Amino acid sequence: MSDAAVAGVTHADHADHPPTSTGLSNEKLGMWVFLGSECLLFGGLISTFLLYRSKVLPDIPGGTAKPLHETFNIAFTSASSFVLLMSSLTMVLAVSALAQRNIRGTRIWLAVTALLGMMFISGQVYEFYEFVNVNGYGLTHSPAWSAFYALTGFHGAHVTIGIVMLVTCLALTFSGRVNGDNPETVEIVGLYWHFVDVVWIVVFTLVYLIK
Amino acid sequence: MTDVSANDLQGVTDAEDHHGPTDRSFVRIAVVLAIITAIEVAWSYLPVWDGAEGAKMVAEIGGLLLMMMLKFVIVAGWFMHLKFDKPILARLFYAAFVLAVVVYVAVLAAFEVFSTATPGYTP
Repeated sequence: MSDAAVAGVTHADHADHPPTSTGLSNEKLGMWVFLGSECLLFGGLISTFLLYRSKVLPDIPGGTAKPLHETFNIAFTSASSFVLLMSSLTMVLAVSALAQRNIRGTRIWLAVTALLGMMFISGQVYEFYEFVNVNGYGLTHSPAWSAFYALTGFHGAHVTIGIVMLVTCLALTFSGRVNGDNPETVEIVGLYWHFVDVVWIVVFTLVYLIK
Repeated sequence: MTDVSANDLQGVTDAEDHHGPTDRSFVRIAVVLAIITAIEVAWSYLPVWDGAEGAKMVAEIGGLLLMMMLKFVIVAGWFMHLKFDKPILARLFYAAFVLAVVVYVAVLAAFEVFSTATPGYTP
């Protein structure tokens, strides 16, 4: 991680793709279009949650319904959010290392990013386990919990897909198919990973922090 | 919002506008993001918000939304390189984001989610 080193990883004038009318590779433009469509997907899920968040049912018939935020463990989720946030840093360092043809650095940062992603997913699995088995709030408990699991579950699925992409990139560095000559492959995976982080930034605030 | 991030992210210089941030700048940006997250969590626990209604509630939620947007813009601009890449990408992504926000705010307004009298959807 050289201080003076310049990342320069997303220069529009990469020479590692055929000429296009936009000056961007089709793969990169395609990823951005995909991420734009994902905004609408997660927008729908977040809106559904906001619509149903007050629709909780009492634990016992005739009892008082407990709002979702009273069940959340904010300290734990904050730690998970920090882990995912830091994975964005390690991801960008992996992209930067590859642009500098530092294959060893790229492998280390890709591996660290994947590990941080796994930590986040482990935290989510633990959180779900607590909600379902300790508190008794399953997927079908009430509209609010269904919307919560749909939103955070979809996000978790995206993180899991991201981890698979990271591990694949890591494997490809060993076979030589990902190297300093084609840094855009890792850059595109990085875009997806950062987007997953961006979505969590929104989910963390709207779902966990706003009561 | 641009002014705040420009002041906070001291490592991003004019030279970087052409070449992308350095690794040290990325670390600084991550520290800024971590600090904003800590402020966000602390903000949500401030005792002044207990039973907040009206203008107080708007201040509580507004503060959280502002910090959320700041983190969003920093990650998209610096980590996703939208600030340094071809403008067409920023236009594409932010247009999709704004479209999503407008569409779903309209949907939520139609279901009177923002009304304190009838919060949420009642079938």
